Amino acid sequence: MTYITKPKLHHPKLPVNALGFTHRDYEGSVSTLCAGCGHDSISAAIIQACFEIDLPPHRLAKLSGIGCSSKTPTYFLGQSHGFNTVHGRMPSVLTGANLANRDLIYMGVSGDGDSASIGLGQFAHCIRRGVNMVYIVENNGVYGLTKGQFSATADKGSKSKKGVANPDSPMDLVSLALIAGASFVGRSFSGDKRQLVELIKAAIGHQGSAFLDVISPCIAFNNHAGSTKSFDYVREHNEAANALEFLEGRQEITIDHDPGTTVNVTQHDGSVLRLRKLAEDHDPTDRTSVMNFIQRHNARGEIVTGLLYVEPDSEDLHHRLGVTKRPLNSLSDAELCPGSGALQKINEGLR
Amino acid sequence: MLSRVEKINDFVVRLANVNGSGSASANRIFARSIIRMGVPVGSRNIFPSNIQGLPTWYEVRVSGAGHLGRRGGYDMMVAMNPQTWDKDVAGIDAGGYLFYDSTKPMPSSKFREDITVIGMPLTEICNKQYSDPRQRQLFKNIMYVGALDALLGIETDVTEVLIKELYKGKDKLIAPNIEALHIGRDYAEKNLKGAVGLKVKRASAVGDRILIEGNAAAALGCVYGGATVAAWYPITPSTSVAEAFASYCKKLRVGEDGNNYAIVQAEDELAAIGVVIGAGWNGARAFTATSGPGISLMQEFIGLAYFAEIPAVLIDVQRGGPSTGMPTRTQQSDLLSAAFASHGDTRHVLLFPADPKEAFEMSSLALDLADRLQTPIFVMTDLDIGMNEWLVEPLQWDDNKKMDRGKVMTHADLEAGKDFGRYLDVDGDGIPFRTYPGTHPTKGAYFTRGTSRDRYARYTEEGPVYVDNMERLLKKFETAKSLVPGPIRQDAPKTTKYGVIYFGSSTAAMDEAILTLNEKNILLDRLRIRAYPFNDTVIDFIKHHDRVYVVEQNRDAQLKTLLLDTGKVDPQKLISVLHYDGNPVTARFIVNDISLKSGLETSLKESV
Ligand SMILES: Cc1ncc(C[n+]2csc(CCOP(=O)(O)OP(=O)(O)O)c2C)c(N)n1
Ligand code: SF4
Ligand SMILES: [Mg+2]
Repeated sequence: MTYITKPKLHHPKLPVNALGFTHRDYEGSVSTLCAGCGHDSISAAIIQACFEIDLPPHRLAKLSGIGCSSKTPTYFLGQSHGFNTVHGRMPSVLTGANLANRDLIYMGVSGDGDSASIGLGQFAHCIRRGVNMVYIVENNGVYGLTKGQFSATADKGSKSKKGVANPDSPMDLVSLALIAGASFVGRSFSGDKRQLVELIKAAIGHQGSAFLDVISPCIAFNNHAGSTKSFDYVREHNEAANALEFLEGRQEITIDHDPGTTVNVTQHDGSVLRLRKLAEDHDPTDRTSVMNFIQRHNARGEIVTGLLYVEPDSEDLHHRLGVTKRPLNSLSDAELCPGSGALQKINEGLR
Repeated sequence: MLSRVEKINDFVVRLANVNGSGSASANRIFARSIIRMGVPVGSRNIFPSNIQGLPTWYEVRVSGAGHLGRRGGYDMMVAMNPQTWDKDVAGIDAGGYLFYDSTKPMPSSKFREDITVIGMPLTEICNKQYSDPRQRQLFKNIMYVGALDALLGIETDVTEVLIKELYKGKDKLIAPNIEALHIGRDYAEKNLKGAVGLKVKRASAVGDRILIEGNAAAALGCVYGGATVAAWYPITPSTSVAEAFASYCKKLRVGEDGNNYAIVQAEDELAAIGVVIGAGWNGARAFTATSGPGISLMQEFIGLAYFAEIPAVLIDVQRGGPSTGMPTRTQQSDLLSAAFASHGDTRHVLLFPADPKEAFEMSSLALDLADRLQTPIFVMTDLDIGMNEWLVEPLQWDDNKKMDRGKVMTHADLEAGKDFGRYLDVDGDGIPFRTYPGTHPTKGAYFTRGTSRDRYARYTEEGPVYVDNMERLLKKFETAKSLVPGPIRQDAPKTTKYGVIYFGSSTAAMDEAILTLNEKNILLDRLRIRAYPFNDTVIDFIKHHDRVYVVEQNRDAQLKTLLLDTGKVDPQKLISVLHYDGNPVTARFIVNDISLKSGLETSLKESV
């Protein structure tokens, strides 16, 4: 099996964004996933989001673990550097990359096996540290790449393709992210492109750990009756908490028509998140109440989606560590090496 | 008649204490006083993995001739720990001295006939002097230092200056400590005069040497080598590398708008190495410090860095295995697990510093090598080097030296239309060019994965392409041979067919052992190995000798295994000299073992 690149010929009428790039310029090589796999829709949403916000593709670095989901960074943003790391350990690699150059945007793509099973520790700790990133879990409740074993996000009682019920309690990554201190938490569904694109755009504009749990059915191993991660099941149980519209800073912000149900949240970079409330009992800026909200809906068997929590003026790892504003990988010899004079003094103190 | 060891500037004092009793700083003052008198000292802590209550020893090798390794045996025991009394007394060289707290009477069976016993009622004196129990304990320590000053002829003024330096900033502690010192000294002057035949005599053999722990030196090497990202997880004996890096950075690396460094205390060693690899991938110099158990946990990632060709520096402060084993004891036993770390066909570059000065130099060199070779580089120190203060030549830095960032294609290179293949061997040395993420809007981006890609980083699972890449990696490893520090050879005074190979912290003991071996007419050419892969001269050395001893501090002859794997040499030629009880190897051990294996009998007293 060898890679397939897409032809780069542009149709003259293809729409271009402010950078003069077409949609094509944000694509990667042809996907080798199963036709209809939810993950491909997420790649499409990432492409759409980056195109819409005029992101220079080379200013984003994409990192992943291992799994079908973690293969997807090859299928979007072909002009970006990418890193397919080891199973469950993408968060630490992303943390290091982020420390090396704070000027890039970091996107971590992972699966539910990758993040909730083998990588649960790294997932939680990376979020705890406030690493400035967009962390997407393409959540299908199974290990796709190793052919359909349950992952740690599979619901208790959900049936495998062979009809066996999962005996264990599920790990809810959204709840875990909130507990670990994520400053932006959303959930979406690969089948709801509009919602997903807005969430990705908002997450990219967020400064801090932005986490998106995207339910992404596995056509091959987890899309049957009895599964709680099938297309049908998710569609039936999807409860959107709000409708998000992402407005870039330079866009004019118009007056709300219905101020009671719409809130504007301004992020660090000036972008505005316009949230139209759909659920009565949801306040996206109150962490504790959001945790309650999620537990209440989980108990009812509902899958709440939307921008669940946001802390607009969060501070990231660099801020916490007091790191220079310039990328560490760009510092010169003179800035890094204290020189022989300083060493002389150190020697003197050691006699 | 009792014969007494009579020696000037050439003896070993061992102090037996209880962990957590405050003896450490008093013992350090004792050793430093001798150094301040111009006499070289090698001092070592032998301590348990415990915070309070268990036995610890501090060994002070006084050597005007400059032997800083362990000699083996000791001439004087300062027995402050009743728990270990029997063993401590038994270990004294015949004719040696026992200094003890004579407050409580001891049955004569507890002593030996062939040593000189010197009792001083330390507890009694302290109890009379102080009412607070903690003071009684602490001042007892400095009091025996005062007595030792008198017994060994150490100038009290020198010790006083050290006390003042130590308590600078906590000035009210100075006077009472000096008072306790004087009480000890005065008692010994009055009651114990001439009791000890060991003497410190002012000399000028120290020069401008400094005292530094290997871990601090390695950390400083990382500062000088330009490391900006450090990630670590606490583990003895490596913890103080990260701690020292943090404190040096606070002094030396704070820029106008913030820190020119970032340190992450990771959740485990897997995350620590992951952070290092991420930073290395993105063009920052990064390192981790750990010990054997951490290296075990990092295995999968180390393989990724090898295959994906990402710079990373690992400082492995080796200790005895396994995790629940001997965390506070030294060994050189991670050679194989580091050299071949991970799954699949892997090989890694190892550097072997012999002392803190080399730990400094090699840590900064490792950062250059990692960038140049785009691969993990291991700095293999150990507890003996890392956690003991060594007397070494002052650290030096050449201000003309520039960091070697290796083969990195820039925006300008890409603009100029240079052909960029991430895994393309353009120079014939096996080392490809890389680009940092974010370099150019349309050129130079690539997707990093372990294998399954061609020379241009395009996905493929073709067998021949895999093989092509693996062969290039081997070529790169060949290139490494000429970039790493070569071995250091010193020949015997006369032509000989015998040789000895050694490395790392065995060096100090070896330097002393070789003199004794010479005296016994066992003539050996010496080769100190400083890196793996081995320079060709290492294999030549073996080929040109009939028999080569290989001295190492592990059970399984790990260096020998690497030598046999590298060179097609006759295994019969290599005779192992293995010391692995967790304590640093001694000169006497080396002499005894080599003598025995050369067919000569000797019995120099060994002790742990
Ligand atoms: C250390 C290690 N253990 C096991 C594997 C095998 N493995 C590959 S992918 C995978 C599960 C992936 O599941 P998930 O992250 O949910 O991704 P999906 O394929 O479902 O998108 C496993 C167990 C591996 N690559 N590495
Ligand atoms: S196995 Fe499942 S997750 Fe993997 S590509 Fe196929 S549908 Fe997608
Ligand atoms: Mg999955």
